[in-house]
Amino acid sequence: MNTHNLMLIDPHIHMTSRTTDDYERMRQAGIVAIIEPAFWLGQPRTEAGSFKDYFSSLVGWERFRASQFGIKHYCTIGLNSKEANNEPLAEQVMELLPLFVCKEGVVGVGEIGYDDQTPTEDKYFRAQLELAKEVNMPVQVHTPHRDKKAGTIKSMEVCLEHGIAPDMVVIDHNNEETVKDVLDRGFWAAFTIYPNSKMGNERMVEIVKKYGSERIIVNSSADWGVSDPLSVPKTASLMLERGISIEDVRKTCYQNALDSFGKSGQMHESDWLQSTSVDQREKFSDNSVLRGGQTPVVGEINTTGEPGSNIVR
Amino acid sequence: MYQADIQATTTYLKELLERSTTSQGLEWLTQKMELVSSEKAKPKDFYLSFSAAPRFIGKENLHLTQQELQMADMIRSGFNPSHWSAAQAARTLLLLSLPHQDGESFFSQIETLFNTADMRELVALYAALPLLPHPELFRKRAAEGFRTNMGDVFEAVALDNPYPADYMEMDAWNNMVLKTLFVGKPLFRIYGIEKRRNAKLARILSDYAHERWAAGRTVSPELWRPVAPFIDEAILNDIKKLFTQPNELEQQAAALACAESNNPSAKELLNSHPQLKELVEEGEIAWNKIGEKNLELQ
Ligand SMILES: [Zn+2]
Repeated sequence: MNTHNLMLIDPHIHMTSRTTDDYERMRQAGIVAIIEPAFWLGQPRTEAGSFKDYFSSLVGWERFRASQFGIKHYCTIGLNSKEANNEPLAEQVMELLPLFVCKEGVVGVGEIGYDDQTPTEDKYFRAQLELAKEVNMPVQVHTPHRDKKAGTIKSMEVCLEHGIAPDMVVIDHNNEETVKDVLDRGFWAAFTIYPNSKMGNERMVEIVKKYGSERIIVNSSADWGVSDPLSVPKTASLMLERGISIEDVRKTCYQNALDSFGKSGQMHESDWLQSTSVDQREKFSDNSVLRGGQTPVVGEINTTGEPGSNIVR
Repeated sequence: MYQADIQATTTYLKELLERSTTSQGLEWLTQKMELVSSEKAKPKDFYLSFSAAPRFIGKENLHLTQQELQMADMIRSGFNPSHWSAAQAARTLLLLSLPHQDGESFFSQIETLFNTADMRELVALYAALPLLPHPELFRKRAAEGFRTNMGDVFEAVALDNPYPADYMEMDAWNNMVLKTLFVGKPLFRIYGIEKRRNAKLARILSDYAHERWAAGRTVSPELWRPVAPFIDEAILNDIKKLFTQPNELEQQAAALACAESNNPSAKELLNSHPQLKELVEEGEIAWNKIGEKNLELQ
């Protein structure tokens, strides 16, 4: 992968469901920071306690795990749209959110928005926008898969209705049909490179060619499904190959993510520029990412060459 | 119900903060403290400001003068914020702003924070224990703090903190002392270590030393500090062994332990090491010094 040693950010990836191999390969490919939006489980959580522990892991263990591979981990905290439909539970989660949204390393309220576009989803989307406004945090909006265009426009209108400035909102999972509306209204437009659905690398290249790099952000949304945690570096590489300028690649795969979520005051370039080394001897709650007999990496992260072989001899 | 005068503590911490944060930071904090203490405050007002504090106050360490340290001790004996950060002081001020007439509801709001806290928040919460009203309600929580495996959090509750010595039951206290040694932290930073010495702890520590020796490992010379007044025939053999260790600090610990014991055999043993005995009498050998030197060697 040739990205001219660019530093990259993946501002939407669910590392909780990924492995340390992924972290290793991501760092190797130039990813220095990631944002993990609070997401659903694939199946609904049935107790508020599950949310509490999940949020705690996003600001605790997962952040530590990333640090052990030289990657800065940030997150957004929110009640996702799918799970917002269980009203009694949603009420309890809403009470939990103030305990988490201002913690260190939390860079926004997210991912929130619409799935089925039900009245209940609408209620909790709005309640969370109010919370974001109260604490002056960026919002990360998940746009629906079905009836996408209308849902995207509605998401933006509701944000404006609540008095939230467009430059405080990242609209996610865009496509050719929605991008113009989002950019025209002054919101950040994020694109998820997701095999077979959402957006492909090649289409992404065409979008940047057509719309430029202003307010456009690339992410992977990699999660527990068939997805690729290297989507951002691969797309960056393809953009360069197809003649997009290095400056535009840097903006769409790094700077715009930093500028948008940096508005939280919780994410600074110095966070990763100043600490480029790792120490895998460290522990979090007495847990290490290493298993018996493995040698800890201490010092600078090696980003040249291919990741080590996993063959055990 | 009170361990420290809340008004005096608040004034003191605010003065310390004036040097370690901006005027905007202080203004933000003053506003939030007023909000949190008011009748119309919702729980979320308290939770949001508690976790947001570092954003507005910064994370600089407080730099205390010797005089300020003494003041802290006057406000609450054993209170020692020398390792505190500005954000931590701000968080403590917010805790002290919470209405506390109703002890149960005061406690339950703080428990909610504990249950969802991140690492730095836990540090602030545990270190604030000696300043909070209704201290007796927090015993179980403090014991939970001793069980943590996060080093900074353990330090916040066990070291430079007078709460354990003043409020913990003997078994919990003993556990904390043993664990401090176990995780390689300095004993001399435990407040009240002398006051809370007991025979059971002495026995546990001696057993622990035997375990280490059996495994061919070294034993911290500080281990013998709580043991000293309880030297019996069994422990006397440990002390004899200490006098023969190559580590000078262990020999010093042996001499000091004998000096603090009423056991005639221990006295005799000390007499057979006149040079060390003299150093003890001159005050050249003291537990804090042993602890500090041992820390330097680590
Ligand atoms: Zn997502």
